[in-house]
Amino acid sequence: MDSMTIIAVASIVIAGLTTGFGCMGPAFAEGRAVATALTALAQQPDASATITRTLFVGLAMIESTAIYCFVVSMILIFANPFWNHAAAAVAAVAAK
Amino acid sequence: MHLSPDQMIFWQLGFIKLNATIAFTWGLMLLLVVGSMLITRKLSTELTRSRWQNLLEIIVTGIESQIAEVGIHEPRKAIGFLGTLFLFVASASLCTIIPGYEPPTGSLSTTAALALCVLVAVPMFGIADQGLGGYLESYLEPTVLMLPFNIISEMSRTLALAVRLFGNMMSGAMIIAILLTITPFVFPIVMTVLGLLTGMVQAYIFSILAAVYIAAAQHVRKPDPEPQQTAKT
Repeated sequence: MDSMTIIAVASIVIAGLTTGFGCMGPAFAEGRAVATALTALAQQPDASATITRTLFVGLAMIESTAIYCFVVSMILIFANPFWNHAAAAVAAVAAK
Repeated sequence: MHLSPDQMIFWQLGFIKLNATIAFTWGLMLLLVVGSMLITRKLSTELTRSRWQNLLEIIVTGIESQIAEVGIHEPRKAIGFLGTLFLFVASASLCTIIPGYEPPTGSLSTTAALALCVLVAVPMFGIADQGLGGYLESYLEPTVLMLPFNIISEMSRTLALAVRLFGNMMSGAMIIAILLTITPFVFPIVMTVLGLLTGMVQAYIFSILAAVYIAAAQHVRKPDPEPQQTAKT
């Protein structure tokens, strides 16, 4: 296998795994956060504005870790520097 | 693959590029400035007021109450910065209804610029409240050993703000683009609605987090004591 094939295989596999694992953790955490918020809302309905706002802020913080994994996957698939470097090297060799 | 509006370049001179991000940002600025100028030309304090003035008052008082709830001492001083952040990011997301428009917050340059504004604004508000010495002392709390960690946390907060907003906006646009090539009729509309919802939530999150950072940079004050009621016998 030449280097371009290795780079492609590694990028594809890791991009898929990154998104897969990167979405599992935040999903569990957000589920727990919403469950706890619902319990708190059921116990104190008049604090619902504060609870809802804090819930959304917390969910956004948890979501951002999933977004980091997504951004890494996107970089691996669409803006992969190793692939670009290897492709440029192959093109330079072919042009000679 | 179209990752961000940075790649649609309208005009170029050397390394100065006029790309779609800048053009759409100018359009948003025009919309916000001209819209508010038109609405605030004839303000009335009577019982009857135009519906646009009502809308602006609802927005402004809503933002002010949220800022006060977060714990900033004088919301009126911070509402210029925080309100503009919210309105810019929210309108950038709302305008996706217009066909051919791409949110400029879907480009890492715009979100990095907004995050840098927050990075500069937090010490400014902190120094205005506590003075330079008091603000710098806050980096040494709770112990001097925490100084590098406090500095690192400032940097990582800024980075997280930028990447969070960029990731949400970019992923929304990308999902719609991908779905348009697969199931081009109903499903992209559903995803556009979801993109609008996440856009508004992210606008709220961005400004609330900026408000929380500013509140953390301010001095914790005891609440004003209730005025003493003297009983007349």
